Amino acid sequence: MRQYLLAVHMIEGEPAPPEDQVQRMYKAVDAFNAEVQSAGAWIFAGGLHPPETATVVRSQNGQVVTTDGPFAETKEQLGGFWVIRAPDLDAALAWAAKGSEACGAPVEVRPFQETGEE
Amino acid sequence: MPGADAAAVERAYRESSGRAVATLARVFGDIDIAEDAVQEAFAVAAQRWPAAGVPPNPGGWIVTTARNKALDRLRRESSRPGREAQAALLHADAEVPEVGPVHDDRLRLIFTCCHPALAPEAQLALTLRLIAGLQTPEIARAFLVPEATVAQRLVRAKRKIRAAGIPYRAPRDAELPDRLPFVLAVVYLIFNEGYTASAGDDLLRPGLCAEAIRLARLLAELMPDEPEIRGLLALLLLTEARRPARTGPDGSLILLADQDRGRWDRAMIAEGQDLVRACLRLGRPGPYQIQAAVNAVHSDAPAAALTDWRQIMALYDQLMVVAPTPVVALNRCVAVAEVEGPARALELVDRLGLDDYHLFHATRADLLRRLGRRDDAIAAYDAAIARTANQAERSFLQRRRDGM
Repeated sequence: MRQYLLAVHMIEGEPAPPEDQVQRMYKAVDAFNAEVQSAGAWIFAGGLHPPETATVVRSQNGQVVTTDGPFAETKEQLGGFWVIRAPDLDAALAWAAKGSEACGAPVEVRPFQETGEE
Repeated sequence: MPGADAAAVERAYRESSGRAVATLARVFGDIDIAEDAVQEAFAVAAQRWPAAGVPPNPGGWIVTTARNKALDRLRRESSRPGREAQAALLHADAEVPEVGPVHDDRLRLIFTCCHPALAPEAQLALTLRLIAGLQTPEIARAFLVPEATVAQRLVRAKRKIRAAGIPYRAPRDAELPDRLPFVLAVVYLIFNEGYTASAGDDLLRPGLCAEAIRLARLLAELMPDEPEIRGLLALLLLTEARRPARTGPDGSLILLADQDRGRWDRAMIAEGQDLVRACLRLGRPGPYQIQAAVNAVHSDAPAAALTDWRQIMALYDQLMVVAPTPVVALNRCVAVAEVEGPARALELVDRLGLDDYHLFHATRADLLRRLGRRDDAIAAYDAAIARTANQAERSFLQRRRDGM
């Protein structure tokens, strides 16, 4: 079994969807989470507060510099994520497709390094 | 005779490397291990065969030798920490049973190489390298990109296959429609590389054409309801049928208009035309079916002068709707020259940004020649010659240029 990060990408500054749509999305994500769990693929998941709540900490030469985040000045920001286990990329992509359908945003699939891997 | 033996090793490499890599990738579950082992086996062959002679079944010898080489190396490596070698050894012991509808190692490998998680140019490079056994410089010429670019694409693609866990497996029935177009594009490219070898003295590399036709036939058997597969097979057959007439006794290139049509392979033409009719009846036209139809029109004409160019132009109009690429537009111009004259065709050709493509300059040169613009035509022939490494194409273009 391998482990994959399914990262939900949010476009910053996009108008918030109407309330009923947000409620539908929450329901769909709950159902998706339940499906991942009952399939034994669940490791961890979470939704994040918006990027303006982020703080960047950088330790260099013993000096710690703390600045207001986010780190990357891009429009695309991490909105939430799942960490799942799957036998191969095809299986992870299938979960990502369902997750993207549930949360209504693009999902990036990244493999975790395996122990012993460079 | 070391020269002859080097050629025999080269021939065996061309003919067996794709099958050997595919078989070993199944055995070890890892493409890199398979490729390295096959390279090692060919190195042994290059050493041993000059004295011992080429074995009766060179392909089988390569697979066995490569398998043993890989097992030796993996056993050495598995004594050190690191799970890859151990995983590959376990995989080899288990010998995976067949799953899914595809029962050919090379097709399985093609579907892995053409996985949509890989960039399209990486898919093509991988398939040409692993299935067709082309060297990196040849792939670079087929793509019209620098060698270093292709080398990097191959390294990155193989790294992604391993790191991301792209499975070495044929797609399930439900996944096939999404995965198929990538495979068709790659099979067609392999055929084209065989039909006009991108480098060397031979215009043709018939082994690659036969390989592409074999793969297209197998795809057609496995997915009989996909008209584009039949369209591709028809296109390959109708093109391949002209091969005997395409070169003179000295290996020089003969254009379609000047070919002895009596030398065309009638059985292949009949099969190709039947396929075109059968798939067009389904009413789901696609780029391969339309290109096959263009070739069916050519093969219908008993003489070049009797070609139905209007129908060919209509088919190219249809092709421009489903696949509006500059190369299709260039081919359409050849039909335009016959129907509306070379001046109109040149006007359209000059709008295409295909400066790197030798046939763009060759087409321009021919149109300029027909328009009596001698100096411009010579310059265009020179540009075409400078952009192809195929010796037969070069001498053809040189003869045309000298004839001005």
